[in-house]
Amino acid sequence: MLEHIELFFKSIFIDNMVFAVFLGMCSYLAVSKKVATAVGLGAAVIFVLAVTVPLNWLLDKYLLQDGALVWLGEEYADYNLGFLSFILFIATIATMVQLVEIIVEKFSPSLYNSLGIFLPLIAVNCAILGGSLFMQAREIATLGLALNYGVSSGIGWFLAILAIAAIREKIRYSNVPAPLRGLGITFIITGLMGIGFQSFGGMLTGGDDAPAPVEDTTAEVLEKVEAPVLEEGEIKKEELEENEVSYNDLTQK
Amino acid sequence: MALLTKKDAGLILDPLADNNPITIQVLGICSALAITAELEASIVMSIAVVFVLGVGNVVISLMRNIIPSKIRIIVQLIVVATLVIIVDQVLKAYAYQLSKTLGAFVGLIITNCIIMGRFEAFALANGPWKSFLDGIGNALGYGVILIIVGFFRELLGSGTLLGYPVFGDPIMKTGLYATGYENNGFMIIPPAALIVVGIIIWVQRSRNPVLVEEN
Repeated sequence: MLEHIELFFKSIFIDNMVFAVFLGMCSYLAVSKKVATAVGLGAAVIFVLAVTVPLNWLLDKYLLQDGALVWLGEEYADYNLGFLSFILFIATIATMVQLVEIIVEKFSPSLYNSLGIFLPLIAVNCAILGGSLFMQAREIATLGLALNYGVSSGIGWFLAILAIAAIREKIRYSNVPAPLRGLGITFIITGLMGIGFQSFGGMLTGGDDAPAPVEDTTAEVLEKVEAPVLEEGEIKKEELEENEVSYNDLTQK
Repeated sequence: MALLTKKDAGLILDPLADNNPITIQVLGICSALAITAELEASIVMSIAVVFVLGVGNVVISLMRNIIPSKIRIIVQLIVVATLVIIVDQVLKAYAYQLSKTLGAFVGLIITNCIIMGRFEAFALANGPWKSFLDGIGNALGYGVILIIVGFFRELLGSGTLLGYPVFGDPIMKTGLYATGYENNGFMIIPPAALIVVGIIIWVQRSRNPVLVEEN
């Protein structure tokens, strides 16, 4: 249970699809001019992620992993079809998006019209394929966790596009320098929001371990280039904070 | 030379500046920004995209008359996925460390909007040679931005370029560090990439006011 809660908050805030790994930026930038369309697309993304990540988890577990074919019989035990994962994942996603398109067209034609070309483009929304690829890369252990991961990453993406759409509706009344209008200022705002979201990184470390910068593929890049001086400083700060907390706890008791 | 008429040259040169896929067409930002903390990764990613988009555009252009329009997205995805698998396997075989650094982002070339965008907008309506030029041009336009961002982030963030220390040794305090210069750790974290791209857009649009958008 605890791991579910941890994964849930981690995927929404710390590893937020938009702010931590930049996935789904194209539709994020293109559809975020109005809150109403942003909500529609966000909901569609949550749904597609919630379906495709568990489906692809099953594919990964029973077809793609090293030795996954063992259920067919002993002689298949040393097959590794891992190189096929891109094609299988994208096929699942394309099918599911087609399905969503049909459903939305049937039940909400107005939403269908306002999303326009961006509904089929969910298929090429990096957040969707990214969800499946990160699920594979992080070796998520059970089907339940995979479902959780899909839903919560979707919610994270939804939050991000909702926030930027709200800001963009307001920024129309501001005096932005002409060359920055539109795309430029949206990039910079997203960057600033990303910095804000970085502070959620302290949420789950609990102060016991040295804080890992960001726990995904970018972390490998970070570890390599980060100057050791800076890292030392960070650890010290974290330790200090922890000592302070425990001291406060003691005095309260 | 008959191969490169003026119009053909435009196909390659336009996307480099005034019709840049990232800063003007708003395509392909997704998989681009996260890997620009190092210049080397940016360069490899650019090469991979040049290959995938160049070859992919030619393949789609050759098949443009036999693809039924209903299933064209799936056909396009299969073509891209096949090419990306080739890139991925080559990287794993010859540059394993780098393919680890790029991680899932190699796979995300499949969903790079530039590629689908160019297939839809150009390759489905034009011959193979033009499509090839268009693919190379757009991929290079993407690569230029990637390399500019990677250059500034690596230089300012860790004081190196392609892994070679440019400003001296930050620990031994040699070179520029002796004067009290410090690496800007901010440039390493992911949001910095967005801000650098924002600044590139700002510079580009100040130089060419035609590109300025409405709010």
